[in-house]
Amino acid sequence: MHRRGVGAGAIAKKKLAEAKYKERGTVLAEDQLAQMSKQLDMFKTNLEEFASKHKQEIRKNPEFRVQFQDMCATIGVDPLASGKGFWSEMLGVGDFYYELGVQIIEVCLALKHRNGGLITLEELHQQVLKGRGKFAQDVSQDDLIRAIKKLKALGTGFGIIPVGGTYLIQSVPAELNMDHTVVLQLAEKNGYVTVSEIQASLKWETERARQVLEHLLKEGLAWLDLQAPGEAHYWLPALFTDLYSQEITAEEAREALP
Amino acid sequence: MGMYRIKFDAGTLLLSTHRLIWRDQKNHECCMAIPLSQIVFIEEQAAGIGKRRLFVEQSSTKISFSFQAFEDLSKLMIKAKEMVELSRSIANKIKEKQGDVTEDEERGGIMSLTEVYCLVNRARGMELLSPEDLVNACKMLEALKLPLRLRVFDSGVMVIELQSHKEEEMVASALETVSEKGSLTSEEFAKLVGMSVLLAKERLLLAEKMGHLCRDDSVEGLRFYPNLFMTQS
Repeated sequence: MHRRGVGAGAIAKKKLAEAKYKERGTVLAEDQLAQMSKQLDMFKTNLEEFASKHKQEIRKNPEFRVQFQDMCATIGVDPLASGKGFWSEMLGVGDFYYELGVQIIEVCLALKHRNGGLITLEELHQQVLKGRGKFAQDVSQDDLIRAIKKLKALGTGFGIIPVGGTYLIQSVPAELNMDHTVVLQLAEKNGYVTVSEIQASLKWETERARQVLEHLLKEGLAWLDLQAPGEAHYWLPALFTDLYSQEITAEEAREALP
Repeated sequence: MGMYRIKFDAGTLLLSTHRLIWRDQKNHECCMAIPLSQIVFIEEQAAGIGKRRLFVEQSSTKISFSFQAFEDLSKLMIKAKEMVELSRSIANKIKEKQGDVTEDEERGGIMSLTEVYCLVNRARGMELLSPEDLVNACKMLEALKLPLRLRVFDSGVMVIELQSHKEEEMVASALETVSEKGSLTSEEFAKLVGMSVLLAKERLLLAEKMGHLCRDDSVEGLRFYPNLFMTQS
């Protein structure tokens, strides 16, 4: 019986067909490549236009920066991962944040002896703006948070702790667990906290409250006031900025770096 | 000494912090690695459609790789060339700063990565390094046989230290200092020796880890004493 598709002739035919498909495949690939090339060129031009239009805005406008960052987050891009990165170079957005990082480090170092390495975002913001001077670009709290998130990569203890409606910025590698954080949040209202307050609000036992407060004292984040009326007050210098009438200048901040 | 030319085709290229690795696409057992510190020259060359070609000069050998990965190449090129340059420039900057030793500012051969970040970026003025860029460049220091290295303490604190700096030896002198004073906190030690509190603490912690010091942890702070169990046994 003679079956179709089998035999030397059929095999040869098949090979010819395959060869023709392969050739066609190569032709298609070249076409695609040409098309892609053209698209890439257009893309590049559009991107350059975008960059020149918005480069200024990125530097001057904090609102715009937030929107730009949100857009990047949506598409899964971190424009600040590297100074050599595409976005960083095209838009100059990297330099803005990395320089801010340096200024944040300097402020935190200058004030560490006072607050043990814990500072409110507000105070940090004020001090950074002071250091930048009157003619520098405006910097928002959102900018500071983003810069600080990047500084974590340097391994020396930068942390962001939510308290009340704002944040505490930690700049030394002190270990702060959930218990410590919760007590810090409690202290935010008055700038200090007492054992009874902790017991009343958090329903903790005395021992647990004591341990947390001792740890904060040890790390230099809290000061003990035994002369307060009633019981001992544990003050958090980070939260009590009214105490400080002293201002640090940009020069002092730079000198604080050993 | 002659020049050897070798061609490797149809593979995949990988870049690690220390090496450039080529692996045969078909036979995964077949691969070769070049330490980055030995790369003298690197360049992209023309190749066919769907392929890329990289030319690498290593000491006495010229090697040519062809591979398929489109997107990897630009990153590779940037990484390999620029990382090498970057690491070298960082090493130079640190050396310069080490060179300006004033009376009260003796660094003692060690700097925290935060200090290096500020130092390098202040010097650059523009085209600053991101923290990640800095960490990655510092990871290559040792591999590039530069006289500095990145060190990570147990606490997670990262420092750059001179290759010649032996922290374990500094521990011996730290023990002497603490013994002289009876006991010291990190702050007191830092002030005496002229270091940052951060690094002073790490040195005392290391001394404790090595058994030379023991701690007294109280509300008044963390205080270190010579470990008499060791010395008086």
